[in-house]
Amino acid sequence: MTDKFISIEGIARRYPGADGAPITVFEDLWLSLNRGEFGCVIGHSGCGKTTVLNILAGLDEPSEGAVIVDGQAIEGTSLDRAVIFQSHALLPWRTVLGNVAYAVTSKWRKWDRAKVKAHAQKFIDLVGLTGSEHKRPSELSGGMKQRVGIARALSITPKIMLMDEPFSALDALTRGTLQDEVRRICLETGQTAFMITHDVDEAIYLADKIFLMTNGPGAVLAEIVENPLPKDRGRIDLHRHPLYYALRNHIVDFLVSRSKTFTAATPDHDPRNVPVVRPGLSEPTIVVAPSLVEASSAQKIAR
Amino acid sequence: MTFSLRFRAAVVSIALLAAFLGIWHLATRSTATTTTMSPEYAKLMGLTATQGKSAMPGPLDVGAKLWEHFKQPFYDKGPNDKGLGIQLGYSIGRVGLGYLLAVIVAIPLGFLIGMSPLISKALDPFIQVLKPISPLAWMPLALYTIKDSSISAIFVIFICSVWPMLLNTAFGVAAVRKEWINVARTLEVGTIRRAFTVILPAAAPTILTGMRISIGIAWLVIVAAEMLVGGTGIGYFVWNEWNNLSITNVIIAILLIGVVGMLLDQILARFTRMVTFPE
Ligand SMILES: Nc1ncnc2c1ncn2[C@@H]1O[C@H](COP(=O)(O)OP(=O)(O)OP(=O)(O)O)[C@@H](O)[C@H]1O
Ligand SMILES: [Mg+2]
Repeated sequence: MTDKFISIEGIARRYPGADGAPITVFEDLWLSLNRGEFGCVIGHSGCGKTTVLNILAGLDEPSEGAVIVDGQAIEGTSLDRAVIFQSHALLPWRTVLGNVAYAVTSKWRKWDRAKVKAHAQKFIDLVGLTGSEHKRPSELSGGMKQRVGIARALSITPKIMLMDEPFSALDALTRGTLQDEVRRICLETGQTAFMITHDVDEAIYLADKIFLMTNGPGAVLAEIVENPLPKDRGRIDLHRHPLYYALRNHIVDFLVSRSKTFTAATPDHDPRNVPVVRPGLSEPTIVVAPSLVEASSAQKIAR
Repeated sequence: MTFSLRFRAAVVSIALLAAFLGIWHLATRSTATTTTMSPEYAKLMGLTATQGKSAMPGPLDVGAKLWEHFKQPFYDKGPNDKGLGIQLGYSIGRVGLGYLLAVIVAIPLGFLIGMSPLISKALDPFIQVLKPISPLAWMPLALYTIKDSSISAIFVIFICSVWPMLLNTAFGVAAVRKEWINVARTLEVGTIRRAFTVILPAAAPTILTGMRISIGIAWLVIVAAEMLVGGTGIGYFVWNEWNNLSITNVIIAILLIGVVGMLLDQILARFTRMVTFPE
């Protein structure tokens, strides 16, 4: 059984163009995630990933269509959906602790200072910023700022985490640790996560479903790649798994060539029934449209 | 050997001051030629004519007079003879009151204009017309309606300091970064709390800049306003001493107006620094 926890239903986003004609970033976009699933979006810069995420967060409104979360169309933002912003978005007049504490007090209005501080400190420690609590954002490196943003989002223990390239400014080591932490928290708390990334390995490690978007303008969701690696995969020996390269090559192929030609090459693409692909040992094959997956589950997946 | 820039600048400043005082002293020194004239006329003309002394006081005269004032800043010998401290106190009091009123009106209204595009557009024509009016042009109207010269002066201060604060507050509030607002939105922070925890700190440097411009303008205007309404205040003092032909006192007043203006500006500058955040 699938229960679509997040369901994006036919959304479009248009901006007024210079000559009056609207510019369509994307239209008729359908996408869904089950409860507790981790979805990653991959696509080239400017294809509209942040726009989708903002709509999911309730910060932006779609020009058409709707977003359903937990059976209800969303209206505006919610503390259940935390956002890690691409641009950090820290409040520069507050310290690291102040920034995280602001989120904590917003969620738990009645908590006293000591409790808020202890809770915020826990998440600052988690992202490895112990000792920098009293620094201002201007005194932090890009990666440290990003980690404050991560701590702030995690601290309110949301049901859904929306992450816009959260690890892009980090060095490999910190990135690995934080990926582990985010994955652990998501698995432990059953959070549903939606993440934008440019890093294929990151997507393979974290995601259950990888959404491939074509280039904009007029971007479409071309394919949903199901991650065939076992759920208990480790970050270190990811590349040793027999299916790793099939998966990786499939995604990289898409990014390198198919993302440009997809729209022209696939005129009968149905945005409502985006092909689900599960790369296997042999050539990856398109298995079934999502509506069929629901009926017959995973057995039909060809090997 | 090199000294710090500050030290060298101070040396140059002192040298310039000394040069200025020296030239001033030489230019106003008594010239020896004494014209012969009838004793009555000489008496009428005072020292200027009888000793060939320049009508312009020299720095020593000003210094001596200033010392006199310093020894006795708060004496009160009737309406036309009060200590400089009292006169300055009146002026600062009027500026303070008018300015405070302006803060109370301009900052909330500026917030409203900055947050609501509708109100911003609706009020724009009024602001555009009212802003360029010289504050002193309001004086007759104020005197006529309020019928109290002192309150009229306060009103004039209010009207001149309200505009920079209003416009800067509106601009600062409207220019708060979208991403900071978005943070508050995703955390479901209510409007009031958002105004105080995000918009106010983000706009504070711009608001304080407006307040600093306002205090400068208010101090400029109070002198002119007091010259018009008379009675008390440093502006009235200047005018009164001009009527007494006491150029020494006029110079002292000018000097003090400058010093007080600088102090007011420095206070606001300090507040501005306190709320400014590095990005
Ligand atoms: N306010 C706006 N007005 C007009 N066009 C906009 C506006 N905001 C975004 N766009 C356009 O929408 C498109 C998608 O932007 P978006 O920020 O979602 O891209 P992205 O996929 O997140 O890119 P990146 O990977 O670089 O972050 C871009 O082509 C951009 O030019
Ligand atoms: Mg983006």
